[in-house]
Amino acid sequence: MERSLSLRAAILSLAILAGLIGAWHFATLPTTGAAGDVDPEYAALVSGSAAEGQKSAFPTPADVGATLWKHLKDPFYVRGANDQGVGIQLAYSLGRVLVGYGLAALVAIPLGFLIGMSPLVYRALDPFIQILKPISPLAWMPLALYTIKDSGISAVFVIFICSLWPMLINTAFGVASVRKEWLNVAATLEVGPLRKAFRVILPAAAPTIMTGMRISIGIAWLVIVAAEMLVGGTGIGYFVWNEWNNLSIGNILTAILLIGLVGMILDVALARTARLVAYRE
Amino acid sequence: MDARVKPGHDEGPLMTKPLISIEALARRYPKHGGGETTVFQDVWLPIRKGEFVCLIGHSGCGKTTILNVLAGLDQPSAGVVIVDGREISGPSLDRAVIFQGHSLLPWMTVMQNVAFAVTSRRPDWRKDKVRAHCQKYIDVVHLTGSEHKKPAELSGGMKQRVGIARALAIEPKMLLMDEPFSALDALTRGSLQDEVRRICTATEQTVFMITHDIDEAMLLADRIVLMTNGPEAKIAEIVENTLPKDRQRTDIHKHANYYALRNHLLDFLVTRSKTFASEIGAKGYDPRHPPVVRPGAKPTAVETEPPKAASA
Repeated sequence: MERSLSLRAAILSLAILAGLIGAWHFATLPTTGAAGDVDPEYAALVSGSAAEGQKSAFPTPADVGATLWKHLKDPFYVRGANDQGVGIQLAYSLGRVLVGYGLAALVAIPLGFLIGMSPLVYRALDPFIQILKPISPLAWMPLALYTIKDSGISAVFVIFICSLWPMLINTAFGVASVRKEWLNVAATLEVGPLRKAFRVILPAAAPTIMTGMRISIGIAWLVIVAAEMLVGGTGIGYFVWNEWNNLSIGNILTAILLIGLVGMILDVALARTARLVAYRE
Repeated sequence: MDARVKPGHDEGPLMTKPLISIEALARRYPKHGGGETTVFQDVWLPIRKGEFVCLIGHSGCGKTTILNVLAGLDQPSAGVVIVDGREISGPSLDRAVIFQGHSLLPWMTVMQNVAFAVTSRRPDWRKDKVRAHCQKYIDVVHLTGSEHKKPAELSGGMKQRVGIARALAIEPKMLLMDEPFSALDALTRGSLQDEVRRICTATEQTVFMITHDIDEAMLLADRIVLMTNGPEAKIAEIVENTLPKDRQRTDIHKHANYYALRNHLLDFLVTRSKTFASEIGAKGYDPRHPPVVRPGAKPTAVETEPPKAASA
């Protein structure tokens, strides 16, 4: 029953995909009889095929497929600073995300633990967290550029700031809401504070902490594209912006698809990790 | 029917120092709009080594608070609990608690849950020694074969068994139980009561248990402490179990004293727990020595003299 459900779901998914690609294909079919209307200056700016006027500037599915294949065939080439393979650009972005996110986890989880353990600290820090949390991470960018004076590190800093809050809040919440009876068990067994933290509170709060980490990695991957559009130089966000300047929509669509894929892989990886620490009551 | 024994008749055995002594315990809450609400007050109760004491009372008389104070998880508004001549200041491995909910750590297996308690008690023990010790108590509660299951894979009765094994495995001086079987179905409850009785009699474990189940108290307890209704609850009387020591759940109801005892307890819970205040007005009441009653088929030595004034 379950197997036939997933089979039917897969068939439906493929059908929807085919429908979308079909609609896209028909929407971008070459228009006839418009050959003479193309402005030669425009033709000089855009690619030759668009200048022929038979096709819209928006690529067909086949074009994007070919572009995607071209990128995947040779993802790691370097031909100068402004022409590097999409794999290299993704690696730059992933590196920034992992460094910023890792640093945020190193700060947020221990700090969240302390905040969650102490109702006093919880209340004292709450206004700061509530005000800092809704700030768009990109708003920090000018401050980061001014103080750090390095665009690459500024991008990492922006990732750090945006990954911090969900992990901090979830850790504090998870630690603060450990069931009283489990703490009572630890108390009646005269368990020391460190052992209580690692054997009782941490495993009890782990699923909540993991949820925060999963939210954070999602936000970090969203923000890196925007951050790299601002700082430029390298990264998948810069690549998208660069291809916009080239008006290469095929490349942009390829990048969009790859951004989605990488984001999904990051999310699945953390979901798998979350399953390791999950428990049923 | 009742054989009322003069208060303080058990001063003889009390000369042997009680293992744990509840003295003048009270719990008060600030009342909304000034003043205080007293949940219970002037609760005095010595518990001797090897004794099984049940506390019965309606909800709201502060039963659980008394148990939590004994466990060191709660502080009284007044009074103390003395263990081995010293006032208790917090939780201790000497007083193991079996909670109402099983309160197992759900991310640990049965073995890990018990071992967590044992390594708290014996941090110097090697792993294989801890393991063997845990296995012994897992076997005692008949959970052999389920060592590596998580609590979520166990039935309610099995979870409570793990809780019992965890409490017994630290070999406490005293076992505290807060309505441990109230969440279980009747069949499971019966078999667990049998096991608790078997284990506690065999090991001469000192137990303080809260219940609102009369039959449970009659099967398990040597002494049944009756509390009046809250607020201002107090110990109304202490009923000594007049059923034979080797009683079995399957045949206690055939004993001559069974109905006398059961009716006495039932009468108390149904009516006297509410009207006790007027009862003591007539007879005088010493909270340090609440009346001791031994309900039986044949009345034995009914005491007619008035209760003594508070003794030294």
